[in-house]
Amino acid sequence: MRSRNTALSLPDPSPFLLSHPPFHWLGFRRHRSLSTVMGSQASTLLEEIKKETGFSHGQIIRLYSRFTSLDKGDNGTLSWEDFQRIPELAIDPPGDRIINAFFPEGEDQVNFRGCMKTLAHFRPIEDNEKSKDVNGPEPLDSRSNKLHFAFQLYDLDEDDKISRDEMLQVLCMMVGVSISDEQLGSIADRTMQEADQDGDSAISFTEFVKVLEKVDVEQKMSIRFLH
Amino acid sequence: MLRAALPLLGLPLAGAGAAEEPTQEPGSWGEPPPGLTLFRWQWHEVEAPYLVALWILVASLAKIVFHLSRKVTSLVPESCLLILLGLVLGGIVLAVAKKAEYQLEPGTFFLFLLPPIVLDSGYFMPSRLFFDNLGAILTYAVVGTLWNAFTTGAALWGLQQAGLVAPRVQAGLLDFLLFGSLISAVDPVAVLAVFEEVHVNETLFIIVFGESLLNDAVTVVLYKVCNSFVEMGSANVQVTDYLKGVASLFVVSLGGAAVGLVFAFLLALTTRFTKRVRIIEPLLVFLLAYAAYLTAEMASLSAILAVTMCGLGCKKYVEANISHKSRTAVKYTMKTLASCAETVIFMLLGISAVDSSKWAWDSGLVLGTLFFILFFRALGVVLQTWMLNQFRLVPLDKIDQVVMSYGGLRGAVAFALVILLDRTKVPAKDYFVATTIVVVFFTVIVQGLTIKPLVKWLKVKRSEHHKPTLNQELHEHTFDHILAAVEDVVGHHGYHYWRDRWEQFDKKYLSQLLMRRSAYRIRDQIWDVYYRLNIRDAISFVDQGGHVLSSTGLTLPSMPSRNSVAETSVTNLLRESGSGACLDLQVIDTVRSGRDREDAVMHHLLCGGLYKPRRRYKASCSRHFISEDAQERQDKEIFQQNMKRRLESFKSTKHNICFTKNKPRTRKASRKKKDGVANAEATNGKPPRDLGFQDTAAVILTVESEEEEESDSSETEKEDDEGIIFVARATSEVLQEGKFSGSLEICPSPRIIPPSPTCAEKELPWKSGQGDLAVYVSSETTKIVPVDMQTGWNQSISSLESLASPPCTQAPTLTRLPPHPLGTEEPQAPLDLSSDPRPSFAFPPSLAKAGRSRSESSADISQQQELQPLMGHKNHTHLSPGTANSHWCIQFNRGGRL
Repeated sequence: MRSRNTALSLPDPSPFLLSHPPFHWLGFRRHRSLSTVMGSQASTLLEEIKKETGFSHGQIIRLYSRFTSLDKGDNGTLSWEDFQRIPELAIDPPGDRIINAFFPEGEDQVNFRGCMKTLAHFRPIEDNEKSKDVNGPEPLDSRSNKLHFAFQLYDLDEDDKISRDEMLQVLCMMVGVSISDEQLGSIADRTMQEADQDGDSAISFTEFVKVLEKVDVEQKMSIRFLH
Repeated sequence: MLRAALPLLGLPLAGAGAAEEPTQEPGSWGEPPPGLTLFRWQWHEVEAPYLVALWILVASLAKIVFHLSRKVTSLVPESCLLILLGLVLGGIVLAVAKKAEYQLEPGTFFLFLLPPIVLDSGYFMPSRLFFDNLGAILTYAVVGTLWNAFTTGAALWGLQQAGLVAPRVQAGLLDFLLFGSLISAVDPVAVLAVFEEVHVNETLFIIVFGESLLNDAVTVVLYKVCNSFVEMGSANVQVTDYLKGVASLFVVSLGGAAVGLVFAFLLALTTRFTKRVRIIEPLLVFLLAYAAYLTAEMASLSAILAVTMCGLGCKKYVEANISHKSRTAVKYTMKTLASCAETVIFMLLGISAVDSSKWAWDSGLVLGTLFFILFFRALGVVLQTWMLNQFRLVPLDKIDQVVMSYGGLRGAVAFALVILLDRTKVPAKDYFVATTIVVVFFTVIVQGLTIKPLVKWLKVKRSEHHKPTLNQELHEHTFDHILAAVEDVVGHHGYHYWRDRWEQFDKKYLSQLLMRRSAYRIRDQIWDVYYRLNIRDAISFVDQGGHVLSSTGLTLPSMPSRNSVAETSVTNLLRESGSGACLDLQVIDTVRSGRDREDAVMHHLLCGGLYKPRRRYKASCSRHFISEDAQERQDKEIFQQNMKRRLESFKSTKHNICFTKNKPRTRKASRKKKDGVANAEATNGKPPRDLGFQDTAAVILTVESEEEEESDSSETEKEDDEGIIFVARATSEVLQEGKFSGSLEICPSPRIIPPSPTCAEKELPWKSGQGDLAVYVSSETTKIVPVDMQTGWNQSISSLESLASPPCTQAPTLTRLPPHPLGTEEPQAPLDLSSDPRPSFAFPPSLAKAGRSRSESSADISQQQELQPLMGHKNHTHLSPGTANSHWCIQFNRGGRL
């Protein structure tokens, strides 16, 4: 991370930077810091991220700036505490779970690339992409990946099923104190009943998808990333 | 104003030539003959309101006639038909009276006809959708309207300079700009009338419709500014005037919105305190919204914007505060008024067009205007969409743009505005009127007719109407949270971030301030969906099989044998029909045996059957608040008596668990007057019913009971609380457990009992002891739930203790004790018992909630946990009378609501 700080003062545009014409002042700075951190592999890494996530140069640069500003430890990774420092996120009811979703399995740190992978779930699906990689791996922002992300938030024990208890916990979070536990319980029951098709008292991912098939997930699970 | 309005509405029954004479010369028929007469004809005294009424009647009848043929209305929008009808009527009037009399007067239009339509659309505007697309809507409304006005006006002026407009049209650039400003605005009435029948996807609809509502401010400002400029004369217009014109745009729009929001706030606040005067709730909604409109109009602000914002802003709180019935009343009244106004507007438009004295035709102007408004609308839409798509998450594609361009309908607003022009200041007024009429007719009729095929042909994404499911609601909530969180992480404070902020603010302050506490407690979207789903299920149940029960169920309540018969038949019926729907969410909890299912189904059927009669009864009483109260009090009294008697019997028979029914009854009379202390318990109660049948009925309503709680009456709340107390106490007493268990052992075998305790048993408040047990068991696995419940129970218990009187504590035990059926009285005991468990099984969540929240069972649970396996079947039988009572009372209250 030391390199990042020094990079700010060194006007040394890398080839990658030059290849990215529309940089304004902010973009320039961010861009350079990224490239410096990554050293000579910056452009290759950037290309990889680009390919993997579908973000544009500008978006990646912008997000990297955000990433470093969140990274108080200057160690190139974000920890739980780093996320917790975002004030709004800390008070968001399912905030913890969403933070958790950023971390790869079994780890408590996430690097920039992993972070971008998670964020890529929320890219809006663009028309040209739909046709583009039919053969390639499913893009992260596909409908089913979006849904899977949401599904993971419910599925705490990671058994690929949402049990009633898990549903109840989510409901507790979402609904708040205004509704009694009994009501919550009955709502959870009803929700389970509605979605559970094979009668195993749990919602599998397939059932989850089925329930939401009429919902415009592509739109409702997307945000606009600034360029 | 009324006076002014009357001539408009004057000639509804133009078809009857005879009727016209009196209208035009009021008094000729109305002269009363001298002296006392048996019969006096006083037409002129009633003329005005009579004509208004007839006018609306004709419009309504016309609507009915149109809709007689499905084919016609599916092809031709109603607005077209109405305009044509108006043309015909106008022609008849003209032919008979030799002059066109009844036309769309701007005063009537703006003060009476427009507000209901705008209020309706504002109030029922899907707010989430609206704000999701607010950026696009505002762009089209402001930029689009300005663009249309200036380009159209300038182009027409250019046309005139080019000599294509006849020189008799004396108009300068300002005149044309004025005309452009009034002709450019998309009209909400026309858009609504056409688009509601087209069913394009909701995003497209909200954009076009939102634009038509919000562009009113721009139109008003432009119109006023241009009008004043024209009156001042172009030579006298200073630079400052232009600046003022720009400033007034902000004043008018923001001012209008502010007025609307202030009134929305007042309205929400007022409805918070209408608990005891439910009747005026709908009135308040209309009065305050209308006041907002008039206030804005008075201050020369955008009245349409004011009403829209008022409806948009108040809905959430008003809906939460007012009663279920009031909600229905508001909805229907609003829809009725809006539909009437819309109908009359289009008819009057048609009639007005016939009056040739007002127009002057110029082909160049008319054709030019038609072309320009279409062309510039399309151009503007394309340009703005291109701009917007840079920012939109979901870009608007070409097809959307086509529909948006083509959906730019002009309507009565433009017509009313052009009529308002001052002929002395605007010499070309007559030409403008004719052009406006043509434009309006063209857009409404031609475009209205063709837009449907166009939408079909372009394969525009249609709106899909599906009822929200609980899962969708919940998951979409989750999505919102996720997106807000991701925006936080990304550090980009976008739309989701601000929405999240707003929701938190609303939750913390606004809702607290504007919602009744009872309503606020329960108000939640997820809960709301859940509640509505339950209601829907209940209704569908009634529709499916309820009729079978309605006859048997009502008449038989007191006769156990018959009940059982009815029940069995119902079950059979259900099996055959195969309606597997189960209202009871709790069902999932337990193992779903076929038996349980059946029980639940039957229970619901029973509920449905019983429910109707209650409702009727309630409805008859409901108009008179007093009588209602009296009824409730009566119920309470009865219940109290019942409880007393039970307590007594309990004491005496503590050790004998099985009672005969007769005992309690005989004691009733003696206890009647000793109820003073028992009130708390009594509040819960209904007239005690022993029959399982009734139990079931009660179950349905329990869901609603919550609703009632939340929405309205302090009384119900009190009842609940008291009831809670009563139960809690009972549970707390350890002694009862032992007895209870004993009782279980004593009376096990004689009845037909479901092998294991059904869900319902567990859930029913009265059986809560057992029910709670079940919950606890599950809680071990869940971890979260038990803690919450514990706290809830503790709270309720504490509250209970503070409130409860000593006698109350015993009541719960009593309820459990009466295992009357043991055979002394009821030969059919087995049947009854079987019936009992079923109803209990189906027990809806609300009941469960009520039972638990009241903490009745908290103590019991702990005590009975160990017992649970044993208690299963027997307990419910014992409890049945108590349950019946509680259910009964609940149902009673709720009946009216459904």
